[in-house]
Amino acid sequence: MNSLGLSKEARLAVGRRARGQNTLRLLRNALRTPRGATGATLVAIVVLIAALGPLLASGSPTGSPGLPFENPTEGAIFGYDELGRDVLTRVLHGGWTLLLLAAAATIVGVGAGTIVGVAAAYFKGLSDGVLMRTADIVLAFPQLVLALLLVSVAGPSVTLIVFAVALAHTPQVARVVRAAALDVCERDYVKAIELFRISSWRVIFGEVVPGVVSVIMVELGLRLTYSILVIAALSFLGFGLQPPDPNWGLMVNENRIGLSQNPWALVVPAGLIAVLTIGMNTFTDAVARVLLGVDEIAATRAGMTTPTPEPK
Amino acid sequence: MTLAAAAGEQSLLAVEDLHVRATRQRVDIVTGVSFTLERGSVLGLVGESGSGKTTTALAVLGYARRGLSISGGTVSFQGRDVLSMSPGELLDLRGGSIAYVAQDPASALNPALKVGHQLAEVFRIHQPEGQKRIGSDRLAALLTEVGLEHVPVVTESYPHQLSGGQQQRVMVAMAFACRPSVIVLDEPTTGLDVTTQRRVLDTVRSLCRSHGTGAIYVSHDLAVVADIADHVGVMYSGAMVEVGEATQVLGNPSHPYTQALLAAVPSHSRRERLRGIGGLPPQPGQRPSGCAFAPRCGFVQPACSEPVPLVARERGRLVRCVLPNGAESAQPAAAANERSDDLGPDAEQGVIATVRDLSASYGTVEVVKDVTLSLNRSTCLAVVGESGSGKTTFARCLVGMHSRWHGEITIDGRELPAALSRRSIDDVRRTQYIFQNPYGALNPRRTVEQLLDQPLKHFFTLSGTERGERIGETLAAVSLSGDMLDRYPGQLSGGERQRVAIARALVVEPRLLICDEVTSALDVSVQASVVELLRALQQSRRLTLLFITHNLPLVRAIADDVVVMSAGRIVERGSATDVLDRPQHEYTRELIANAPAVDFSGTRDGSTSR
Amino acid sequence: MTVESQGPPALGVDVPVPVPVDPGSWRAAHPLTWLLVQRLAIGLLTLVGVSMLVFAATMLLPGNAAYAVLGQSATPERLAALEAQLHLDQSVVGQYTSWAGDLLRGDLGNSLVANRPVSDLLRPRIENSIVLVVFAGVIASVIGTLLGVLAAARRDGVLDHLLSVVFLTLTALPEFVVAIFLVMIFATNVWHILPAISPVPPGTSVFSTPDVLVLPVATLILVVIPYVFRMTRAAVIEALESEYVEMAVLKGASRRRRLFAHALPNAAAPIIQVVGLNLLYLAGGIVVIEFVFNYPGIGQGLVSAVQARDIPVIQAAVLVLAAFYIAVNIATDVVALLASPRRRRART
Repeated sequence: MNSLGLSKEARLAVGRRARGQNTLRLLRNALRTPRGATGATLVAIVVLIAALGPLLASGSPTGSPGLPFENPTEGAIFGYDELGRDVLTRVLHGGWTLLLLAAAATIVGVGAGTIVGVAAAYFKGLSDGVLMRTADIVLAFPQLVLALLLVSVAGPSVTLIVFAVALAHTPQVARVVRAAALDVCERDYVKAIELFRISSWRVIFGEVVPGVVSVIMVELGLRLTYSILVIAALSFLGFGLQPPDPNWGLMVNENRIGLSQNPWALVVPAGLIAVLTIGMNTFTDAVARVLLGVDEIAATRAGMTTPTPEPK
Repeated sequence: MTLAAAAGEQSLLAVEDLHVRATRQRVDIVTGVSFTLERGSVLGLVGESGSGKTTTALAVLGYARRGLSISGGTVSFQGRDVLSMSPGELLDLRGGSIAYVAQDPASALNPALKVGHQLAEVFRIHQPEGQKRIGSDRLAALLTEVGLEHVPVVTESYPHQLSGGQQQRVMVAMAFACRPSVIVLDEPTTGLDVTTQRRVLDTVRSLCRSHGTGAIYVSHDLAVVADIADHVGVMYSGAMVEVGEATQVLGNPSHPYTQALLAAVPSHSRRERLRGIGGLPPQPGQRPSGCAFAPRCGFVQPACSEPVPLVARERGRLVRCVLPNGAESAQPAAAANERSDDLGPDAEQGVIATVRDLSASYGTVEVVKDVTLSLNRSTCLAVVGESGSGKTTFARCLVGMHSRWHGEITIDGRELPAALSRRSIDDVRRTQYIFQNPYGALNPRRTVEQLLDQPLKHFFTLSGTERGERIGETLAAVSLSGDMLDRYPGQLSGGERQRVAIARALVVEPRLLICDEVTSALDVSVQASVVELLRALQQSRRLTLLFITHNLPLVRAIADDVVVMSAGRIVERGSATDVLDRPQHEYTRELIANAPAVDFSGTRDGSTSR
Repeated sequence: MTVESQGPPALGVDVPVPVPVDPGSWRAAHPLTWLLVQRLAIGLLTLVGVSMLVFAATMLLPGNAAYAVLGQSATPERLAALEAQLHLDQSVVGQYTSWAGDLLRGDLGNSLVANRPVSDLLRPRIENSIVLVVFAGVIASVIGTLLGVLAAARRDGVLDHLLSVVFLTLTALPEFVVAIFLVMIFATNVWHILPAISPVPPGTSVFSTPDVLVLPVATLILVVIPYVFRMTRAAVIEALESEYVEMAVLKGASRRRRLFAHALPNAAAPIIQVVGLNLLYLAGGIVVIEFVFNYPGIGQGLVSAVQARDIPVIQAAVLVLAAFYIAVNIATDVVALLASPRRRRART
């Protein structure tokens, strides 16, 4: 919208005229795009169901009023599951733990990854080598496998799940943040502040981190989606919350047997997970696209090493 | 009467009333550009940022970049209008009859393909009925023509294995390969050393002469254009404001903008005050309906607010101005003092900094070797050299950015350790550094006020009000108004940003200011104001300046003393006038000889010597 | 898994900080060999690190490992035998070295559940998983790349938008959802032409009943293809937007020439990286897929082992998967470097 379609450098120079890198503005702009609006709506729907579900549901999610895999009736619009429990009630109760755990794991993982990535980029040398080699080791596992490994040790506990998933995120986030931070650290404005002999960590948090905020935001979105996927998969495999507690991922697995009798028992929780992740991914995609229009990262790729005067 | 008719049918190319617009925003980038190109001659297309010269040059090939579209005008070539050709005809035209040389050869050459392959491609596209395998001797002939040696090595190399100069010559060879009638060169020598630039310019000129090719040479560098062009077209804010013979346009400019531009170019031969142009060029979409230069023009009249056409004057010159006889000859630029330390009895004397046997290295490679010099208070020392001379590394050692060196650096009486962290906070404060690139030197997420406040808070203990006062004073000192305070760098022009960078350095009251090619990324008119600002600051605040540059006329304009570096060593030193007028060392002489100059020194009294 | 960052695939080729190289040294003269050696060394070190992590995780169980595993059936003899097998009488470091030593000799221990050598149990499973990975990997890579190039060449066209939306959606779906969706369509609810689970009697080859391969492979393809598509498309678009392609336009090159002679050679390296990453995702994906379809591969083996706390099997399976990961990383790095002349030169 403000690019004027000039050469890449020119477009960036013009884009930079936009006022600062305001996070809220970014999100608002993303919401204005069709993808952003669709994604956000989908997410909102599912979050509302998950959050408000327990309040709206009548009856207990563990009681067994009906026959196993009985088809939908008047009182139970989705029928009953393998143990004769009301599917709707269980669905309404089964979402919020998933969201909570996913959010916690994401925040911890992205936070840790950011610190590691920025430190590695700024200090370079030995710290960089050590941090990144350690990251490589953690990254050498398929991430689900890592979580499984840890779960096999101590059993399925909630804290462990959060820790395992966060651990799986950290090195990936560290890699991405490090790459972006390396660009920022090479910029003259960081060197200019260093020349004032300001301490390293103040430079990092004052100059470098704000420069990678846009990258972090996109990573947050992607990692959150991924957290949901992993935790749902873990629950599906039976390593999440244990029965009889309702849990969307677990419900999908529990009700596979009755797929031909009452598919709703499986389709509803699976569908909710799907809508959530699709919405999240779409919205994150919209945010990333908005960023590409007003972009620091692309600016560094254009290479500010050769002086580029303003648009010709 | 159209240009094509006016110029007669001998013109190789005639551009008439060209318009290019930004498609989505519906805003004109280029408005009403007209010029002709003759066989075997070079037309220099000159302009600053935002003038639209590159867009115009690309339009000659019928090409517009993404988001732009050619919306009007004609480009007459060999009896046809390029702008109404079909895509297939355009493919034949480009590279075959009209060729293009890009600004940055490193990006314009495909990194994954060998150079020889890319060269041969031009033949494959335009002369496919020739032999299937392009004979290597044909390629060899091409490369020799542009002055490249070791031809077999070059053809087998990938672009990244060649130097900048070699890459650019390959581009020139590619352009001349099919013997086109017209060549468009877009700032082809930006980023090249003066010596390499000289060779490329000579090559282009001789090839044009020998093949009768007409060339359009786009540049922001008036000196280069003066050197190579027979005709010159000056563009401002998307329009052609003056076009004619080079000696006429550059020696006796008619349009006020051309005049102002020339006044901003530092002289090759004497030390003068440079004159910038106040204000900024308008953004596309915010151009006034009349003459775009009117808001900044010293000769503005009421008639300037109406659209002004390009009008033919004597000797084929076209001018877009209401003044009937052109701008009156401006005053010759005021001569500046020979030296700036001639400041009277209360000027500080003595030496502010000494450097002894400084040698610095990157890894195992030594880039600065045994440099010894002393810097006098309140003077300006220029450090001149081409890339690889070690001048930037030297400056970085002084300021603490580079710590792998040994030798002795003493500033203001204190010997400085190599590592910045071991220097005292006061030492650090007294030496400030200005970076080359104003686009990278300011944190885009901070307002101007925050940028200036940060060093104040760090170096001094002052109350908020006191800091605010100092910031206000410093802003005024760099000629920026108070409402800049809450703007972000992204909202400022290059010149304004550089001023903010200077203010940031000034606000902590340094003694020594190191300027590392601070005007290389700026337009000529902006460069002039920044240089004059530095000169004024030097006087008013008794600052010592260390001015690093490769631009010799600029040295003459601002420096008292000069040190010439080559391959890490100082090869010549002395006062600016001495070194520039009577160079002793071979290298200095070559540097001076190779630098192009806008020096129509006779023309101010009417004659046209060069 | 299937959702990845928008940026360049952060594979082993992370952005190195340039280290000055003495132009006369051996390193500068043989940059490719040096890089290969470097990568192999790092890979080996990583593998060692991985083994330590695996060891730490499984051996440092709270409480006595032996009890935890055997539970009720812990007779003194069995306890003693188990302790000897797990080297629990030694110090931690000693345990690790013994275990690592065993591994290097090819002794993966005995399964605690089946009381048979782990290698016997895992070998057929590894073979079965390889079948899945190879089929899915090849098909997904080929189709994904072709579609990606097509979408990039006709950017913003109907096909491009359609494919982008479809794949964006697909990439966000959990694998088990995709799997079950396919099962519902082809096996249980809509049609009944394929088996819902893939039991393979032990001792028989998975090819004897090829039906059981179809749904698992199809699921894996669907899970992985969006990524290949998006990265290929991005790489080709980036090449097409480059200055050297603009130069090709100004040389008079046709669209075909620009795409095939100029853009694709530059997109080759990123595409190779994507194909490599593709394989890695598959390695992670087979865990859930094999579980859903009850397919006797290493993924399902791992899940069962975790459920039963069968430590030696867990260790072996994780190590195999990690080693696969590392090997693919190295191979991809090297091939990508071969395809990109600029990166071959030593960083000077």
